[in-house]
Amino acid sequence: MEKSIDEINRRIRDGSARVVTADEMPDIVSELGEEGALLEVDVVTTGTFGAMCSSGAFLNFGHAEPPIKMERLWLNDVEAYGGIAAVDTYIGATNKSVTRMESYGGAHVIEDFISGKAIELRAQSSGSDCYPRRSISTEVRLEDLNQAIMVNPRNAYQRYDAAVNTSEDTLYTYMGTLLPHNANVTFSGAGTLNPICNDPNLRLIGSGVPILLGGAPGMVVGEGTQHSSAGNFATLMTTADMNDMNTDFLRAAYMYRYGPTLYLGVGIPLPVLDIETVRRTAVRDEDIMVSIRDYGVPSRSRPVLGQVSYAELKSGSIELNNEEIKTSSLSSFRRAKMVAKTLKRWIEDGQMTLCLPTRYLDPSKQAKPMRETRKVVLVQEIMQRKVVTIKEDQEITEAAKKLLRGETNHLPVLNDQGRLTGVVTTFDIAKAVARPERKIKVQDVMTRNVITTMADEPIDIAAQKMEHHRISALPVVDAQNQCIAILHASDLGKLFKPGGGRP
Amino acid sequence: MKLLVRLIHDSRPIIAQVVKDTGVLINVDRARSDAHEGEEALVDVPDESCILVSERMRALGAEVRILEEGIRHDEEECVDCGACISICPKRVFSFDDEWKLQVETKNCILCGRCIISCPHAALSLSY
Repeated sequence: MEKSIDEINRRIRDGSARVVTADEMPDIVSELGEEGALLEVDVVTTGTFGAMCSSGAFLNFGHAEPPIKMERLWLNDVEAYGGIAAVDTYIGATNKSVTRMESYGGAHVIEDFISGKAIELRAQSSGSDCYPRRSISTEVRLEDLNQAIMVNPRNAYQRYDAAVNTSEDTLYTYMGTLLPHNANVTFSGAGTLNPICNDPNLRLIGSGVPILLGGAPGMVVGEGTQHSSAGNFATLMTTADMNDMNTDFLRAAYMYRYGPTLYLGVGIPLPVLDIETVRRTAVRDEDIMVSIRDYGVPSRSRPVLGQVSYAELKSGSIELNNEEIKTSSLSSFRRAKMVAKTLKRWIEDGQMTLCLPTRYLDPSKQAKPMRETRKVVLVQEIMQRKVVTIKEDQEITEAAKKLLRGETNHLPVLNDQGRLTGVVTTFDIAKAVARPERKIKVQDVMTRNVITTMADEPIDIAAQKMEHHRISALPVVDAQNQCIAILHASDLGKLFKPGGGRP
Repeated sequence: MKLLVRLIHDSRPIIAQVVKDTGVLINVDRARSDAHEGEEALVDVPDESCILVSERMRALGAEVRILEEGIRHDEEECVDCGACISICPKRVFSFDDEWKLQVETKNCILCGRCIISCPHAALSLSY
């Protein structure tokens, strides 16, 4: 048996459609069987409510007198995009205010607009014959704007990997506070209620499909940025009118030491057309797996420490390496459920009918990492290969002569086997001369705790070492701790000269 | 009942003295020593002994504030995400059956870790 979208819409219009939320569906299917559920249920509503950083809105302010083409503009001192004419802009959720606390950003401007507050608009222009005005400063409310159209490049992630931190320091990330030594796990996502988890092959969710966005009726534009459906990380681009939104389903937030973000409610109603729809909407938290990633490693490819289901994550604790770790959700399941219930009510009341995608999303797409054409500069490209060294048991007067001759401030000190054991600087020699006592050998005055680098270390890491330890040179050693070169802070200047290491 | 006790530098062992004098068992939840602000301790005492203990501590030269509640939870700002749950060392936060955040302020030791971890600025200290 199959049902047509027209039949479902007819039932919605005459008030006889049976609508359920996605978390109710697994039990209905268990009870009635797949055929029975198909007969019984017409629409399954989904919902999610969480941080969706890649969000923002197009605004049109109407023309001023005399008119201005705004080239740079700020809303409550949060910069908005000035590259579209003339009184249009795009305000992004994560941009920070230049004057307020860093906890205020684009997301807060959007929430303040929706709450009816007045927002300060400042804009600059270089002026033209058609747009002579150079600057403007005014206060605007949402009702003063011609359009306020939210268009979010990446919303409603199908699922998201959980985060832990194996390092020794507390980390403050977009995945919230991660305590050291795996002391907590954070995760995001509505699991069984998530829209795409209930339609993983994207048969029903696509361009033009009606949705709830921030409390407003909206629609799916198409695939979201970084859409990676092949790996079960599909995303959606969404849109709706900000005038219809409310703060039950849209909240500005601030992730400590990360920045502002926007918490959004997104829900999609799914027409129950066939057995395949029934089967997919019967998905439970237990069926949806994510990886646990170590944010203690500051790299794009964070190591995976294990796999876990949303059921385990939502239980309050998970087991990792035989230890129990407390979990924290960053998204709100309670609000996700409110989204699904609100959609259900809209459809039961006949306020929203359904449609199939006007364009389908690619269910097998894989997101790529960034193409990097400029190689990372390594220490070997700017280090000094000619390095003057001294032996441990030589006298400091010898070291002083070498320092003068070598026009350097740092002499790497070698032992009999030629291994690096210390560094002598002009400062060390001066100290020895000022307090003669019995310090006559290099080994008596040298610094033994040497910070070194290696030829294949990225220059950014070597520079960070010098800055962190407040030193101006690093001996370059090989795997046997032989000193093969030296890197001076002044060598970093080569990077910025024509013909230097950095193109 | 929680008392915030500020001690003066080089003072006598006031808490020990009060325990001895009153016979009330005082639980030190948290203590902090700061070069500028002196020493501060958050202590827990039985409700019925609160006045007795705080008066005795004041007589010995400590500043005492009676804290009516632990962490303050703004239900308007809160979206019931649960970011605070795994951060708290004392299990102050939990979900009820409807995934609504429950706050058991009685257990709170006012460490403040949850305040910066809340994405919605819904948690604050009331003192």
